[in-house]
Amino acid sequence: MVVEVRVKLKEQVLDPQGEAIRRVLAGLGYAEIEQVRVGKLMLLEVAGKDATAVRSRVEEACREVLANPVIEEFEVRLP
Amino acid sequence: MSGKSRPRVAVVIFPGANCDRDALGAVELVGGEAVPVWHQSADLAGCTAVILPGGFSYGDYLRAGAIAVHSPVMTAVRRHAAEGGPVLGICNGFQMLLEIGLLPGAMLMNRTLRFICRDVHLRVERNDSPLLKHLRLGQVLRLPIAHKEGNWFAAPEVVRDVEAGGAVALRYCTPTGEIDDGANPNGALNAVAGLVNLQGNVLGMMPHPERRMRALLGGEDGAALIRGLVEAA
Repeated sequence: MVVEVRVKLKEQVLDPQGEAIRRVLAGLGYAEIEQVRVGKLMLLEVAGKDATAVRSRVEEACREVLANPVIEEFEVRLP
Repeated sequence: MSGKSRPRVAVVIFPGANCDRDALGAVELVGGEAVPVWHQSADLAGCTAVILPGGFSYGDYLRAGAIAVHSPVMTAVRRHAAEGGPVLGICNGFQMLLEIGLLPGAMLMNRTLRFICRDVHLRVERNDSPLLKHLRLGQVLRLPIAHKEGNWFAAPEVVRDVEAGGAVALRYCTPTGEIDDGANPNGALNAVAGLVNLQGNVLGMMPHPERRMRALLGGEDGAALIRGLVEAA
């Protein structure tokens, strides 16, 4: 199954990249876009049928390497 | 050559690192025996000190240093550090030390969003570690930085512990040693440029001492740090 891992900066962490994107959008007339936060989307092809087991393994991988808990949080989405 | 054996210092070679040759040369210049150790190695080839050099291991994929820290050699580096062996992480090497939690916090992208390659001034905040013993407290060093992810960040309670525990070894400062936001190139919290662990054997820093080893090449401010490491080996 294809598992989605979304990694984003924690709320309290400043995202200068998102802010730069917001500014360019504002300059192009998208003034209503008030904030931009940039994260990562990873698509993992995972062997296995047991959704609970797959989720648990992917979450373990997130904690071990895919996200840095100091600055990031992750979300795992199964099909 | 004298018969006396020189301290063996491992410089770990990661794919994508680009400061390993400078680090090897720096160690030799201050009397150490520089030993390149491949990242797939299971041991440190009998070395008693380690440099994790700067560069862009694995192209900085995922996060700077995040893939390199899962190399086989890092098990040996962790064991060496836990046993009190000296470890110096420079730039990408500092990012690795943060990734494996040997030092606290993490690196964000520079607040300017730019790769910054220029000299900075650094104030010495600690000199009671073997790695820092040739520096004077309050001394101002001039060393180059070359990074895009050097904006040190940690949660407020971690920053408090870092300050209370005296973990800050080097801070970005003005040429006269004042801490000023204008002298902070990347936005690092509390102008942190280098951290040392409680035991004093693990030092991580964003500036590059290995690039300042000869007056002819811009200065010798880095030599004191590399000499401290070699003598601690």
